Amino acid sequence: MLSVIYAILFYVATILLVVGVAMKIRKYARTPAPLKIPTTPAPTTTGGVVLRMFREVVFFESLFKSNKWIWLFGWAFHMGMWLVLIRHIRYFTYDIWWWVQLAQPFGTYASFAMLGGLLGLWARRILVERIRYITNPSDHLMLALLVAIVGSGMMMRFVVHTDILAVKAFMLGLMRLRIETLPGDPILLVHLGAVAVLMIIFPISKLLHAPGVFFSPSRNQVDNPREVRHIAPWAKKLES
Amino acid sequence: MAADGDDIPKLSHPLEIPKLKCGAMEGLQPFIAAPEHQEKLGFPGELVPNWKEVALAKMAELAEKNRAFQVYLDACVKCGACTDKCHYFLGTGDPKNMPVARQDLLRSVYRRYFTFAGKYFPSLVGARDLTEEVLQEWYSYYHQCSECRRCSVFCPYGIDTAEITMAAREIMDAVGMGQKYSNEIIGKVKDVGNNLGLNPKALAATLEDLEEEIEDDTGISVRLPLDEKGADILLVTPSADFFAEPHIDGLIGYAKVFHEAGVSWTLSSYASEAANFGLFIGSYENMREIALRIRKAAEDLGVKRIIFGECGHAWRVAYSFLNTLAGPFDFLDPKYPVPQHILEFTWNEIQKGTLKFDKSQNDHIKLTYHDSCNVARASRMGDEPGGQFEIPRNVIKAVCNYYYDMDRSTTHESTLCCGGGGGLLTDDLMELRKKGASPRMTALQEVTEEHGVTHMAAICAICKTQFSKVMPAYGYDMDSIVSVHQLVSNAIILTGQDGDDDDSEDETEAA
Ligand code: HEM
Ligand code: HEM
Ligand code: SF4
Ligand code: SF4
Repeated sequence: MLSVIYAILFYVATILLVVGVAMKIRKYARTPAPLKIPTTPAPTTTGGVVLRMFREVVFFESLFKSNKWIWLFGWAFHMGMWLVLIRHIRYFTYDIWWWVQLAQPFGTYASFAMLGGLLGLWARRILVERIRYITNPSDHLMLALLVAIVGSGMMMRFVVHTDILAVKAFMLGLMRLRIETLPGDPILLVHLGAVAVLMIIFPISKLLHAPGVFFSPSRNQVDNPREVRHIAPWAKKLES
Repeated sequence: MAADGDDIPKLSHPLEIPKLKCGAMEGLQPFIAAPEHQEKLGFPGELVPNWKEVALAKMAELAEKNRAFQVYLDACVKCGACTDKCHYFLGTGDPKNMPVARQDLLRSVYRRYFTFAGKYFPSLVGARDLTEEVLQEWYSYYHQCSECRRCSVFCPYGIDTAEITMAAREIMDAVGMGQKYSNEIIGKVKDVGNNLGLNPKALAATLEDLEEEIEDDTGISVRLPLDEKGADILLVTPSADFFAEPHIDGLIGYAKVFHEAGVSWTLSSYASEAANFGLFIGSYENMREIALRIRKAAEDLGVKRIIFGECGHAWRVAYSFLNTLAGPFDFLDPKYPVPQHILEFTWNEIQKGTLKFDKSQNDHIKLTYHDSCNVARASRMGDEPGGQFEIPRNVIKAVCNYYYDMDRSTTHESTLCCGGGGGLLTDDLMELRKKGASPRMTALQEVTEEHGVTHMAAICAICKTQFSKVMPAYGYDMDSIVSVHQLVSNAIILTGQDGDDDDSEDETEAA
């Protein structure tokens, strides 16, 4: 019964996540940027823009220039998260890919970076007057949700272990439209329940910053307005 | 140090973060546009009865037409990195002048009507209904943003509050709640050709006076041609250059440079304005209409190139948008970028060795340079990214012996707005202008204490007017702000001019 509930939950969450994000990306991609507005100095070539974007996404370059504390916590959280997610790939493939294996030892510490980062960000939200002012309840809930996911994950990893092989069998089963038995450990259920919630809210929350950053005109435009004429389709119509 | 009874903050560092003063600037609003000014721009004369529906429809339209609007409203994670980056927040302490909080004034409404979370869980995500109070709040705080883009530099996603401000002003215009200063000026450009309403006759007379002045000063006849068909270069410059101090000294500088370079050039009475306030109100259509005047002038006069004079937002519209709004410019000489900045021209001539200078003519002053926001963060000069920082400094150093930069966290792409940009250069916002200038003024005071800097150079008509107005409140003379081409003009030795004996300029306050 429990397995069926969780199976349905994950199917629903996956559909909402994929369809929701795809629709948003389609919307962003189809909405024109009528004017050239890169924040300068900006790269003058497409290659340069790719590099700028890479630095933003991988190093959080602008944030580093902006505020060292937010950068430290935010970067630790995100990079920890990527390593943890890479580690998680092992629940979804029969044979564990070599590069996933490579990340295993780092992954263990990554959860600490993630937790530390999240708690640091949360502390700033509460302690720094300016950030408290701009915080909505949803911002706290988002952090609470992530702390719940990370906390429950770390509990399983370091305190009360769960039957990882059974979890893997359940996930692999889902991918083949079969419902295997999910271990009934409460901590695991909390972990998976919170992950499903995260997936569901992704396309309707500020988590849209992940796809959004790639569509930000101030970062993704090439600085060449004198050389190449840029014009939006709706603006072209004004010319006839 | 406070002047006019204003409570200008005393900062210990240009970027000192103030304590939050909630509501401190709530009551400050610029004058509202009169019906005739609104209608000339194609907006309703006064607040329409169904303003709420109109505003929401406009918002939906903007989301369709402008990717930045969509992405910026969705992507902000409230990380807080931008909260201490706005000079108006630093100067006033009003939390609604923090960039993200300014965005939220509109984002909260967008969420309420256009997003799932805002429709069903408004209080959770800070969504709110569009009410009369919200509209008033927009009118206050979207006229306390100079669209300077400093916040955009520091946001991890490049969220540019200027884009949100422009959108908000567009929405307010659409419901009939425009700002007098900007909209009246746009109307003047449409009627007469420039922001000042200077007609061709008056303009011609002004230019003649200037020719006489130069001849009196130097003994050389330097021309300032108007509407001359067949000239190679069309110079488009902010109309403030025709009458305001220190702008006019910059115009004299351009004329001398063109003279020495031996090129033929002309001003146009039809396009006698580089400024384009269509940008400030976020109106593509109005911006385009003004830009098309420049294209028409270039075609009518048969010029080969277009050069812009010293003006910040004008250079943004010229460099970044002119090709989009009024291009393609395939009828001009393809050897030159369209358009060029006067500093690109002058620096080029300096490198070619065409210009001769006596740098000691500027020895009575010690200089620093104020990067204007639109030039720094929304345009470029030369071929390399960052040329907009190097070229003006190169030119200043070529004509002056004493030059010192202000604190790096307040220059280049991190430059602080003068406090009067983006359509706020109006007396009804004087309190905001003075307070918003305090971070820049504090950075200036630092180099004054450290190096004895006496003057600050700028290449923006708005910066120059703003500083000459607010500098006295910070203990500087109003003529402590100078044009870069004024410095060029001081130092340049015209061919045939005897270079040595001239203490001819009226330098009263020798340092
Ligand atoms: C392209 C991928 C991504 C990039 C470039 C990115 C970048 C950033 C940056 C620069 C910040 C601001 C600094 C901070 O507060 O950490 C941030 C915040 C945040 N990110 Fe991401 N992120 C990405 C993906 C994700 C994903 C997949 C999640 C999902 C769990 C996520 C969750 C968050 C959260 C919850 C915050 C807000 C933290 C707070 O409340 O202060 N990010 N992100
Ligand atoms: C369906 C997806 C997921 C499944 C089946 C899953 C399952 C698990 C399991 C079984 C563990 C225990 C590992 C052990 O004992 O060694 C774990 C740990 C953990 N999980 Fe997940 N998880 C999922 C998604 C996520 C997501 C999306 C995040 C983060 C945003 C996350 C963060 C963590 C962390 C931080 C740990 C502890 C450190 C580690 O083992 O790497 N999990 N997860
Ligand atoms: S654009 Fe400039 S004035 Fe406007 S919020 Fe950003 S920093 Fe402040
Ligand atoms: S820096 Fe950008 S993402 Fe962070 S709060 Fe400001 S606008 Fe939002």
